[in-house]
Amino acid sequence: MPSLWIKNARVIDLAAKRNAVGDVFIADGKFVASLSAAAKKSARKIDAAGLVACPGLVDIHVHFREPGQTHKETIATGSRAAAAGGFTTVVCMPNTAPVADNAGTIQFINDATRRDAVVKVLPTGCITVGQKGAALAPFGSLKRAGVVALTDDGDCVQSNELMRRACEYAKMFDLPIMDHCQDASLTQGAVMNEGSVSTRLGLRGWPHAAEDIIVARDVILSEYTGAHLHLQHISSRYSVGIIRRAKTRGVKITAEATPHHLAFTDDELGTYDTNFKMNPPLRTAADRRAIIAGLRDGTLDCISTDHAPHTDYEKDKEFDYAPNGILGLETALAVSLDVLVRQNKFKLAHVVDLMTRQPARILGLPAGSLSAGAAADLCLFDPAEKWRYDAKAGFSKSSNSPWHGQTLTGRVKTTFVDGRIVFNDGRIV
Amino acid sequence: MPWTRKHLLTLEELSLAEIDQIHATAAAFKRTLSRSVKKVPVLRGKTIVNLFLEPSTRTRMAFDMAAKRLSADVISLDGSSSSTSKGETLRDTAQNIQALQADMIVIRHAAAGSPLYLSRILNIPVINAGDGAHEHPTQGLLDTFTMKEHLGSLKGRKVVILGDILFSRVARSNIHALTKLGAAVTLVGPSTLVPHWFTDLGVKVSHDLKSALADAEVVMLLRIQHERQASSHFPSLGEYTSMFGLNKTRASWLNPKAIIMHPGPINRGVEIDSELADGERSVILEQVTNGIAVRMAALYLCLGGQPENVYAGADPR
Repeated sequence: MPSLWIKNARVIDLAAKRNAVGDVFIADGKFVASLSAAAKKSARKIDAAGLVACPGLVDIHVHFREPGQTHKETIATGSRAAAAGGFTTVVCMPNTAPVADNAGTIQFINDATRRDAVVKVLPTGCITVGQKGAALAPFGSLKRAGVVALTDDGDCVQSNELMRRACEYAKMFDLPIMDHCQDASLTQGAVMNEGSVSTRLGLRGWPHAAEDIIVARDVILSEYTGAHLHLQHISSRYSVGIIRRAKTRGVKITAEATPHHLAFTDDELGTYDTNFKMNPPLRTAADRRAIIAGLRDGTLDCISTDHAPHTDYEKDKEFDYAPNGILGLETALAVSLDVLVRQNKFKLAHVVDLMTRQPARILGLPAGSLSAGAAADLCLFDPAEKWRYDAKAGFSKSSNSPWHGQTLTGRVKTTFVDGRIVFNDGRIV
Repeated sequence: MPWTRKHLLTLEELSLAEIDQIHATAAAFKRTLSRSVKKVPVLRGKTIVNLFLEPSTRTRMAFDMAAKRLSADVISLDGSSSSTSKGETLRDTAQNIQALQADMIVIRHAAAGSPLYLSRILNIPVINAGDGAHEHPTQGLLDTFTMKEHLGSLKGRKVVILGDILFSRVARSNIHALTKLGAAVTLVGPSTLVPHWFTDLGVKVSHDLKSALADAEVVMLLRIQHERQASSHFPSLGEYTSMFGLNKTRASWLNPKAIIMHPGPINRGVEIDSELADGERSVILEQVTNGIAVRMAALYLCLGGQPENVYAGADPR
């Protein structure tokens, strides 16, 4: 494989303290500080003037539906959607069919990844057997099989006793626990944020208190056990406050925000469009502002998509009956740039950091850096290019996106994994 | 102003002028109800399908009756006899009904927003006969029609809606219609069933029955909907009745000319004392009769009729 010389890009990598126009060199699938004169001569040169070169994006919250729900997505299609969105490392949730609560299922996922994936796909395992919240899953064999974290995904463990033991036991394996914070007793039948809009629409409300209570519990259990808990897709401003105070005390928690909670509020639900139905739900403008503020001051550590594919016929239902979740991988960068950089004056490098180094740091993944010796996972994007997103023509097997048909600003041009181009100019290579 | 709406989905989206048009049309149709030959020929040759995927007695019979009075052919399907119980989607059921050449669908459904969803799929008009806890537009129209018959203009009139507001589509439709008609609306009930968010719809919320009923000219009672509630909303029906049930003493707090309304089905002895339900201030059965006239108006207008043609259409002699 010839060396690569990416020239004249705006290079952003806060890990390597780079944020200026310059060059990036790749040899043997790894970043290198420079190339020899001879290697420079033979290197493949890519003129990236006007583009940003940053570490390949990292998404620690995706649903690739394999095994068992491959009508929605597969590791092949999901990883292509990731590559098209500039992502080179993604972490899959274990709510497959069967759920990933045993080493065999993890092995199946890893085999499919080796066979079909175009980016790095890392599995998580369940906290409890069957994701049923009753008995601990075998963390030890899950870890040996390769999981990078434990989570019961949408089935938040309700028993505080069991969660406490999970924290203690996971700590022994140095495995973070990722929690979807939802008190189930407060959200029976709930389909959207509880408030003025749900009252008007006659839909059952999901009060933010249901998230806040579990966020507070998780803070307490993390502090009590010393385990690392990662709080997924924070949607409530009160939760942001709880996390901020906990971090001031040095509690070992991290948290994420999704592009859709940054971009939308429950006002979008006026037409009962199921592409705005997700869990946790879109909340109010005040919540949205608090999440943005949380990302700004580091209370929230990273951006994750919660990429959740569902087929048209599953989503095309009465609002109450449609499944939760939307696509995220192919639009995350453009939406984050729009909301954070253009609307809220974040520095471009900050947003890149929230999608690269920060998520990698949370799970201790070898990703999110352009440093010499690191795997040459890279994303080249044009922060100014306008493009129309057609979800039906995207790489995901599903098309359930609220951004379908919209013009977005900021487009991924090329994605490299281990120094190899996997996506270029709209095509998987 | 001509009637231009094809669907009747919510009262939230109707203008005051449109509400007045439906009321005027209903008033004309109401006159035909007392004739010996009650049928008018305005929808002859049209087929209306009543797709009732949630149980209903009054509304379904009133829609049936209204369609028949307008000389339409009418077919009624309920949840247990339709293919939805075999797993067919609402989209497919509705498209089949359209393919069977129905001219209109009247839908009752447990899921809020489903009439809007159907209106986007189908080419034929859709009438909402109640969608979950969202809206029940023809009920709101017949209730305000009944109020206008008794009070004249509703501008500034004090209307109290009492009971389970949270789960009530009737309350929501009435709120939208009444605020447009200028009434001063107060919602009353246990705090768990009347959340403060309702104030964003331009109404008052109160948990004090006495001050709310003082001098009210209309009190509309709503049934406690056991079937929609989690068990935690209030301690017992007995406690509800003791706090919020309308009895003779409490009715005496009302304006002396006040009317008592209820969309039915009533639970005697729970939200209302039997003697009040049957008393002279009760207009509960008038509401039922007006329900036919208002639904005739809705069917007629949404199938292309115009308000000014009603009299000619309704009474060729």
